[in-house]
Amino acid sequence: MWSAFTPAEIEALMLSLQVAVVAVGAALPPAVAVAFLLARGRFPGRALVDSLVHLPLVLPPVVMGYLLLISFGTRAPLGAWLLENFGIRFAFSWAGAALAAAIITFPFQVRSIRLSIEAIDPGLSQAAETLGAGPLDRFVNITLPLALPGILAGAITAFAASLGEFGAIITFVSNIPGETRTLPLAIYTAIQTPGGETAAARLAALSIALAVTGLVLAEVAAQRVRRLSGR
Amino acid sequence: MTLTVRIEHRFRGFRLAMEFAIERPGLTALFGPSGSGKSTCINLISGLLKPESGYIEINGKAVFDSASGLNLPARQRRIGYVFQDARLFPHLSVKRNLDFGARRSPEPPSPAERGHVVEMLGIGHLLERRPAGLSGGERQRVALGRALLMKPSLLLLDEPLAALDQARKSEILPHLERLRDAARIPIVLVSHALDDVARLADDIVVVNEGRCVAAGPVEEILSRLDLLALTGQSEPMSVITAEVLHHDVEGGLSELGFNGGRLWVARVEAEPGAQVRLRIAARDVMLALEPPAAISAINLIRGRVAGIASGPGPFCDIRLVCGGAILLARITRRSAERLGLAEGREVIAVIKAVSVNRRARAAPVLPSLPGLTR
Repeated sequence: MWSAFTPAEIEALMLSLQVAVVAVGAALPPAVAVAFLLARGRFPGRALVDSLVHLPLVLPPVVMGYLLLISFGTRAPLGAWLLENFGIRFAFSWAGAALAAAIITFPFQVRSIRLSIEAIDPGLSQAAETLGAGPLDRFVNITLPLALPGILAGAITAFAASLGEFGAIITFVSNIPGETRTLPLAIYTAIQTPGGETAAARLAALSIALAVTGLVLAEVAAQRVRRLSGR
Repeated sequence: MTLTVRIEHRFRGFRLAMEFAIERPGLTALFGPSGSGKSTCINLISGLLKPESGYIEINGKAVFDSASGLNLPARQRRIGYVFQDARLFPHLSVKRNLDFGARRSPEPPSPAERGHVVEMLGIGHLLERRPAGLSGGERQRVALGRALLMKPSLLLLDEPLAALDQARKSEILPHLERLRDAARIPIVLVSHALDDVARLADDIVVVNEGRCVAAGPVEEILSRLDLLALTGQSEPMSVITAEVLHHDVEGGLSELGFNGGRLWVARVEAEPGAQVRLRIAARDVMLALEPPAAISAINLIRGRVAGIASGPGPFCDIRLVCGGAILLARITRRSAERLGLAEGREVIAVIKAVSVNRRARAAPVLPSLPGLTR
């Protein structure tokens, strides 16, 4: 079946998967930390953190891409510093696409994880405390496993959204074949190219298949996790 | 094996000022109406809440002292805490729930000790199950085992029976009795149910509106007439701890000895030598000045009137000292006058065997439980 696709299309698919996996994986640990703080923490500025986390949801993706460009571009202070000291270049690279996808989909992860942490009886953590468990111990052995369904749901939503991210990516890292041309960008390019309608249709079908597969896998995983966490 | 508590705490406009000490192993009930501050008190002892000021000492070791700024975190206090809602970890099997505290204990239980606890609580068949599949009584037993296996120096039970129906309750009560008799550590039971307290407690601390209003052995406190309203007893009763002397198998009776005499009661399911807790309602005790001849009641206990309090309506409550025990009798004021009852008067209490409410205080089935010894 892969012979139906051109090497460039396969490349776009693989790149999309790579960007989405890296974006979700990189955003997951901070998302868990922020979700825990928002769910259980009582500190000044909590409302501010809450709105900041949700900013990517309400800002137009193009604006997010623009903000990333002026922060992480090679001539922007932060981008130049990262390049000079760590050799990390986000501008016009697939890593930049992953960064854009990670930031755009961060609120999905935080929301889902936070809801699942809030649903955990705080009394369980108290019980663990009387049994000799310190704060990190309780987080790792009680909170985290019980929040697993939410973490999984958040990661899957974020993964799907990362696969589909268009505006922020094209604004921040442009549309470079083999580097930043993910599936949505490839579809866009095909539509722009005269005679590219069939290519666009193929890529769209691929996107749909990917989304449906993702949904099925998510449901299977969610069921398994629910059983494991005894709910 | 001691607990000393002297704490003050304010919360939601409520002031709690508690002071009591437990100086022997055994079960002490924190007893009082709902909202009197009992649960808050044990949360303060456990370290889950921090008192505003005061001092808490367990086995001679201070765990909280506002004067020196000492406040040991709950996880370092080694206090076994059984919550009303059990609070088992839903994602862990019963076995891993039991091991949770044991694995973190500086002094983990040996496999033999672990086996003892599992056997005593009758949870061996549940080890592979998840908490979601357990009944309320089973959950409480697992929670009890989880707390015991951390080898605590003190056990706190927050209304462990309150959420259970009568059937579940009678399923767990014998386990609590066995635990009380086998454990060598103080157990503090929070309860507002008089029946449970009378059956389980050795000592009572009566709590009302955030204060400790009375404390002492259960037999003494529950027979104090001035505490009737506070202990929520609709009518007074005597609580007597007695020893099984022998059984009259043919007659279906058992003779019990207590520190005020001997009593025949309906057959007690306990071996001679075992301790049983008896409850006798004051209304079931008759008084006579002379030993009555030809009477169906078989128990005649000599005593001396130690106090008379007016009861509801035409009744009054007579407090008798019989040797080392206290018996209450509710009779009409007219009878009291007719008999000329007054403090110091020698009388004979007449008790029908049928009116003695016996609660077998289970013999220590596991006489030495190393897992619970400290």
